[in-house]
Parts: sequence; structure tokens; C-alpha cells
Amino acid sequence: METLTAKQKQYLEQPKVRISGSEAIVRCLLAEGVEVLYGYPGGAIMPVYDELYKYEGEINHVLTRHEQCAAHAAQGYARISGKVGVAMATSGPGATNLITGIADAQIDSTPIVCITGQVPSHLLGSDAFQETDIVGISTPVTKWNHQITKASQIPEIIARAFYLARSGRPGPVLIDITKDAQFEEFDFQYKKCTGVRSYVPVPELKKSTIVAAAEVINSAKKPMIVWGQGVILGKAEQELKAVIEKTGIPAAWTILGASAIPTSHPLNVGMVGMHGNYAPNVLTNECDVLIAIGMRFDDRVTGKLDEYATQAKIVHFEIDPSEIDKNVKSDVAVLGDAKDSLSKVLALLNTNSHPEWLQKFNDLYDIEYNKVIKNDLDPTSQGLTMGEVLKEINVQTKGEAAIVTDVGQHQMIACRYADFNVSKSNITSGGLGTMGFALPAAIGAKMAAPEREVVAIIGDGGYQMTIQELGTIFQNKVPVKIVVLNNEFLGMVRQWQQLFFDKRYASTEMVNPNFVAIAQGYYIEAKKVTERKDLASAVKEMIASDEPYFLEVCVEKENNVFPMVPSGASVSDIRLE
Amino acid sequence: MATEQQLYTISIYTENNIGLLNRISAIFQRRRINIESLNISVSEIEGVSRFTILVNMTEVNVKKILGQIEKQVEVIKAYYHEDDETIFQESCLFKIKSDLLFEERQIQNIIKESNARIVTVNKAFFVLEKSGRRSEIELLHRELSVFGIMQFVRSARIAVTKDELKITKMLNAFKN
Ligand SMILES: Cc1ncc(C[n+]2csc(CCOP(=O)(O)OP(=O)(O)O)c2C)c(N)n1
Ligand SMILES: [Mg+2]
Repeated sequence: METLTAKQKQYLEQPKVRISGSEAIVRCLLAEGVEVLYGYPGGAIMPVYDELYKYEGEINHVLTRHEQCAAHAAQGYARISGKVGVAMATSGPGATNLITGIADAQIDSTPIVCITGQVPSHLLGSDAFQETDIVGISTPVTKWNHQITKASQIPEIIARAFYLARSGRPGPVLIDITKDAQFEEFDFQYKKCTGVRSYVPVPELKKSTIVAAAEVINSAKKPMIVWGQGVILGKAEQELKAVIEKTGIPAAWTILGASAIPTSHPLNVGMVGMHGNYAPNVLTNECDVLIAIGMRFDDRVTGKLDEYATQAKIVHFEIDPSEIDKNVKSDVAVLGDAKDSLSKVLALLNTNSHPEWLQKFNDLYDIEYNKVIKNDLDPTSQGLTMGEVLKEINVQTKGEAAIVTDVGQHQMIACRYADFNVSKSNITSGGLGTMGFALPAAIGAKMAAPEREVVAIIGDGGYQMTIQELGTIFQNKVPVKIVVLNNEFLGMVRQWQQLFFDKRYASTEMVNPNFVAIAQGYYIEAKKVTERKDLASAVKEMIASDEPYFLEVCVEKENNVFPMVPSGASVSDIRLE
Repeated sequence: MATEQQLYTISIYTENNIGLLNRISAIFQRRRINIESLNISVSEIEGVSRFTILVNMTEVNVKKILGQIEKQVEVIKAYYHEDDETIFQESCLFKIKSDLLFEERQIQNIIKESNARIVTVNKAFFVLEKSGRRSEIELLHRELSVFGIMQFVRSARIAVTKDELKITKMLNAFKN
């Protein structure tokens, strides 16, 4: 249950007052406990901005430099805090610029509410200036969307938007509001939404499925857990830990599940998937029971589907019924909220341990260590590796930082090697793989959790997709730490070109600008490291700073990320070189 | 489970909202599934719409699609049925030159035997309506083609299930 702040109560269920639609929108946000939103003004949303001006002391609107980044910042905010992030944009291009962020939030189940202005209702459908059918455009990438044409609809629809974004399997909601509805006056009153009759946020947990799951798990000889973001979204970290510790079952994570259980936990056996760890990928095809918790068997996790864990019984804990048997057929499906399901199954599970089976994970880890990890973390070659930068960040942050990553080689390296001691510490674009995500998401994350160290790790390619957000960071004094791992390549694509296209490096080499000068142009302290001897002190200085800080590390240009499950291959055909 | 394609009737109870058709058809489009026919109408419950969608696909896939349909916020409940689980009909209209009605004896017999109904007659044309199974409509179409059809249109399949669907119960449960 949500606890309401005193400020929120001021706007909740108060007597009716006659105000404009635009003022109502701001009051709705305040009633929902929104303290900060990200956006960009324009003609069709100007009445709301005028109200944001009046309510400046109560709600903080952060002007991003691009609407895509307003959506990503809202995502970063939501991912680190578990609260709903809010983004706002004008009609037409403002609204369409949000789409990448909305699609990202949809596939990664992130609760955000996007509010867009729209042309006046009498102009709808007439190709008016800056009119786009944003409800039509956003339909396939939103959990729900709606267009408001009358001010009186505002409170109920916005309440529903927040409720739907946050409940059940979370996701993005877009509300489009015509300009005439923003001007129109009406009698305002706000009530929170507590349910929608056609919508079941959490399926009812069936006792029989819990019993069946416990039976299969208890009789397993070589069980393995793969957990996903559902554990984090369902606040089930403690329950998962209890299950793992009681049963002694080795547990691996998907990229979005990272950080739910600390990296150092002895039963945490690493990441599954294309660039995951060797042991959990190989042993997926040897376990006798695979327990999937809050994950959706993405193709980057399963590799070739008809050679994925075919020997194993599959137990699938999941909140979203449409995920059951979508990709991998389960033997037992437990529908329900992760926290509830895990705590109920825990009571039926036998205390156990699997030392020999766990040893297999450790043996395969040793192989991976000698072939890959050692060279990544303690290289003997001259050039710097991405891995050693991560190792240094681990040391300096004591594994307490939230790591925000972009997309590419640096992302895989960061997720593989970052120490995660605290949940909600891995903020990355997993399902959509959106380059340009990290810098704006880091802004949102830092603003939602100012007490936490937030380190963005970005490639030289992705950085240049949203580099303009340095302006937002500077103007709002957001003390994020930005690390660009510069290999002068679109590294991940180059790796594929090397491995699968005979090194034909089509359009992946980049001639880069002076990144330090650019950061300094935004008055952000900046440093560049090219040699190993300077790395530790530079990372130390960055972490010690109380202000935004930019660090460019020039790394080896043509290093590859291994292990790798080539696309279309089975997880057990994972390559170490 | 059946991995061969066959005809399934999908019945979806939904809130009556603008944009829901778009949302539902997008689910079929993403998976490149051709909708054979689609009907949207009111249902037995006030304010609740009913979609009837006819598709040709495997049972495995129809289940997956159903999950993705039910996941939509404004979908109350979705079902899929095989033909023998429903009572279903299509309906069609033929526009034919009026002269033929009087000159071609055979036409009158066809109309009688097929249980088709004359909706209207004027000097220029008459309109014939027929409801029934697809095969009956196709037979009538073949028979009338010989004489010339000015216009023809066939509606989507509509279907009710033999088993009870507990929508009202579901909606009442929400109120409590
Ligand atoms: C918006 C977008 N466009 C294209 C891609 C395809 N892509 C995936 S990784 C990658 C290279 C990223 O290069 P960089 O940011 O330098 O990171 P590196 O792999 O070098 O660490 C590209 C182009 C993508 N994921 N997102
Ligand atoms: Mg690069």
C-alpha cells in the first residue's frame, strides 16, 4: 500500500473548486505525489506550462534538451525509485519524440506517465499545425493510452493513468489532452483510482500451483533459478534470497534482474544470455528443473529455442498470464505477484543444498575466469580494457553505486563486472536496446535518489545520440558521474562484423570530437585517461566529486565481449573466444 | 496440441472505447495474422462491446494471441472456440436486375429453396438477403452468378457459444 505525503493529501479528495483543465493537470500530478517531471514545452501544451510556472515551488519541471530524453529521464527516475516517472511534451514532433522512450518503457515494464498536448478538438483530424495522431502512433507501445477532449475528464483519466502505469506488470501510459480542454474551466476534485473493472493487475494465486511448484523443486537433483526484473518490480528480493538460501539452489539473473541479489552472494552464479556467464548458460542445458521467476524468456536469454533447457522441467513464476508458454512451455506455471508467490512457496520448500551441482558452476566459472575474465579485469596488454575500468569503479564505489548503462559492448561489460550490493542498481535498456538511453536515464535516477552514487557508463557512439543532455545536467546541477568508454567504434556492431562479416567494418568506425572540451563547454568538470597508470586516480577523483563529472577512458579499439552465444545458437554452444 | 492451422472464432468482451479496435488489430498485425472476418457489436450487457474475429491459425498461436488480447486494459475477457462449440452465421446481400426475377423462372425456385428473403424490389433491381453457413451462401452465390449479380456483400461471422460465458458474474464481482 502506498503511503501518502502531507503534500499529496492537500490535493486529494478536497472540496470541488472551479479551475482550468491545465491547472487541474498540475493538481492531479501533485495529488499523485509527483515532485519532478521531465519535458519540453510547445504551443499545444503551453497552458499547462503556465500553471507549472505558478506551481513552481511545489513541483519541479526539468527541461530536457530533447523529448526522447524526457521519457528516458522519467524511466531512470522510475527504475531506481519504483515510483511512476512523468514526462511531458507538446503535440506533433514533441509527442513523436517521446515514442522511443515509451517503447523502451513498454518492453522493460517501466511505470511512466506521458502527457502530451494536442491541437484543439475542433481541429482534430484536419491536419492542423503540429497535429499527429499520437494515440494511434503510441497504441502498440503503451500499456494504455487515452485522449482527453473535455476538462471534466481530466481527474478520472489521470488517476487511471497513474494506477495503470504502476499496478500489476507496470508500463507506460500516454494521455493526450487537447488545448481547448486545457483552457476549459470545470469543478475539480481528485480521487485516486483503485481499480478498473476490465483489468486484473495481479492474477489470483492458486494454492494448487504453489503445491505443484514446491513438489517439482523439492524433488530436483540439479535445480537452477533464473530470475528477472519481476523480482525487483514485485519487491521480492528478500523472498527470493530466502528461497535460494533455504534450498541451496544456484541462481542466475537476466540483465534486467541484475542487482536483486548481491553479486557476492555465494549462490549468485551470474548472468544468463548472449553475453552472460559461461556456467549458467551451459548448465541451463544440464539442469533438471529450471525455475524462472519474473522473467520472460527473451530470445537474447534463450538462444535457439528448441535447444533451450529441453531436458528440464520448467517452473515459471509470473505475474503476466500472456508470458506463460509464450516462448518456453512450462510444466508448472505459478501466476501471481512474485513476493506473494515466493513467500508462499518458501513454506513448502525443503531445506537443502546441492554442493556437487554448485561445484559444477564453480568449475565452469574457473574456465571462464582463465579464458576471459582475467584478461578483462587484469589485462597484460598495453591498451586499457573496459573491464578494468569497471573493476576500478567497483573499488571506488564499494559496489554501492547505481550503474546506468547505454547499449553495446560497454553495457555487457558493465553488467558482467559491476558489483551490485543494492537492488535497483542496474539501470539499462534491455528489451529495446536503445542507444542514447544512459545519459538521460542517469539524470532521472540521480534526481530520484540523490543520496546514491549514480554512474553512467556509455559508449562513444551512444553518448553522441543524447549528448545534448549535458545541458540539462549543467542547468539543474545534477551530480551524475559520466564515464565514456571510448573505443572509437560502434563496438558491438564492429564485433559482429569481425566475427560474422569477415571484418568488413561498414560504417562502424567513428572519428570522435574532443569530448572533454564538449563537457567543459557545458561547464562540467572533465578528464580523459589514456594510460593505465592514470585510471585509478581519475576514477577516485570522479567519485569524490560532489558535482557532475565527465570521464573519458580511451580503451582498446578492437576488443571483443566474450563469452558469446552467437545469435541462433544454443546457449550451451556459448563461445569463450 | 494441434499444430495445424484451422478456423477459430475469437470472442472478446470489451469496454466500449475509441481506439480499442486499433489496439486489438495491432496484435494480429504484429504476428502477421490475416483476419478472415471481424464483427464488432453491442453484447448482451449494457455498455459492453463484443468482438467476433475469425482467424485461421494453430491452437498454440491462438492461445498466445488470446493472452495478448486479454492483457489489454479495456478487454474484459477473451475466448476462442472451434466451430462445433458455437452456433454461427454469416449474412449476405445480393443486388440483382429486376427483369430476371420475372423472366427467369429458375431464379424464383432458387430463392425459395435457399430460404433467402427478398428485402426490396423496384423497377431496376431487387435485393436478396440470406443468412446461414458460409457453404450455403457460397452455393447461392454460384447459382445466382449464372444470371448475373449486380452487387454482392457478405458480413463477418457472428457466433454465440453453446456454453455459458460468465461475463456478468465477472463484472459483478468487480463491484463487490
Ligand atoms: C538507437 C540505436 N541504433 C542502433 C543500435 C544498434 N547498435 C547496438 S550496439 C551499437 C554500437 C554501440 O556503440 P557504442 O555506443 O560506441 O558502444 P560500444 O559497443 O562501442 O561499447 C549499435 C550501433 C541500437 N542499439 N540503438
Ligand atoms: Mg564505442
